Amino acid sequence: MSFINYMAREINCKIVYYGPGLCGKTTNLQYIYERTNPDAKGKMISLATETDRTLFFDFLPLALGEIRGFKTRFHLYTVPGQVFYDASRKLILKGVDGVVFVADSQVDRMEANEESVENLKTNLEEQGYKLEKIPYVIQYNKRDLPEVASVEELREKLNPMNVPDFEGVARTGVGVFDTLKAVAKLVLTELRKGGP
Amino acid sequence: MVNPQMVMYEEEFNQIQGVVDRLVKDANAKVVFIVDKNGQLIAASGDVDNLDTTSLASLTAGNIAATGGMAKLLKENEFATQFHEGEKANIHIQLVGNRVILVVIFDSKSSLGLVRLRVRRASEELNHIFEALLKKVADPGADSPFAEITDEDIDNLFND
Repeated sequence: MSFINYMAREINCKIVYYGPGLCGKTTNLQYIYERTNPDAKGKMISLATETDRTLFFDFLPLALGEIRGFKTRFHLYTVPGQVFYDASRKLILKGVDGVVFVADSQVDRMEANEESVENLKTNLEEQGYKLEKIPYVIQYNKRDLPEVASVEELREKLNPMNVPDFEGVARTGVGVFDTLKAVAKLVLTELRKGGP
Repeated sequence: MVNPQMVMYEEEFNQIQGVVDRLVKDANAKVVFIVDKNGQLIAASGDVDNLDTTSLASLTAGNIAATGGMAKLLKENEFATQFHEGEKANIHIQLVGNRVILVVIFDSKSSLGLVRLRVRRASEELNHIFEALLKKVADPGADSPFAEITDEDIDNLFND
């Protein structure tokens, strides 16, 4: 649920990075944080365990620029990927405007990817959303690792709706901004359709 | 979309700002701010210059969401009030009308009793304002400023 503030002439949108544990959601946000102009970003917050696994969420506020005199601000969140943090994942999806699914391309993580997509659908439905109806893009991450599934195979299993998808290496930034731009565009396009 | 779009107009913003400005004085607080349940900052007052209100807003909403999750597990509707006591600063968090979150940060110049008392009154006022705002937003006559944006407008955002 985006927030239009006529007083501050701002529009605020919430984008959630979803995906299985260790797929690179936090790494995506860290790369965006490192490569964004200081005046366009706020502080990145990570609620993580002592071993740097996301415990609740990461949060990164970004300002993208102006449209028709309105500042566009995007709040990027990640969910904790580990299966047993499902209660927290549900909470973070509240009020979401767009979702990025980060898939782990490694062959032995295919099942974890599929489970996570199913979990995303279930949790969205609990909030009254349908995955088919919300701005949604996919990133096939870790393309630089040796034992990865082909993009065709990943597409077939994870992208039946044929949403925009990107190959990524979040560690070095490959595909990170393409993914973000794609979801941001979809969110803004949705805003044009929607209105209050 | 399932949720109504959150929209803030000048008239209601000024009313809300009036309530938080007054609450800072009445409660002897350092900072007062209002956040929606999704973590978007709506208004702030007091000594906010050296405070990262965007991060605080997001964490407050996360906190309320987590507490709401616990409430659900205990078959409670909601835990509407939270209080965190620090060595110097204290935070009082109040859910208003199950819609927005009123946060008061105060130190030893105030007291929990005073803050609670003043928050109660401010909550009632805020509840009225947000109810009126929601009605206004639900009015189909209200146009989105984004109804007429073009693909070009969107593309221009990303031209580095």
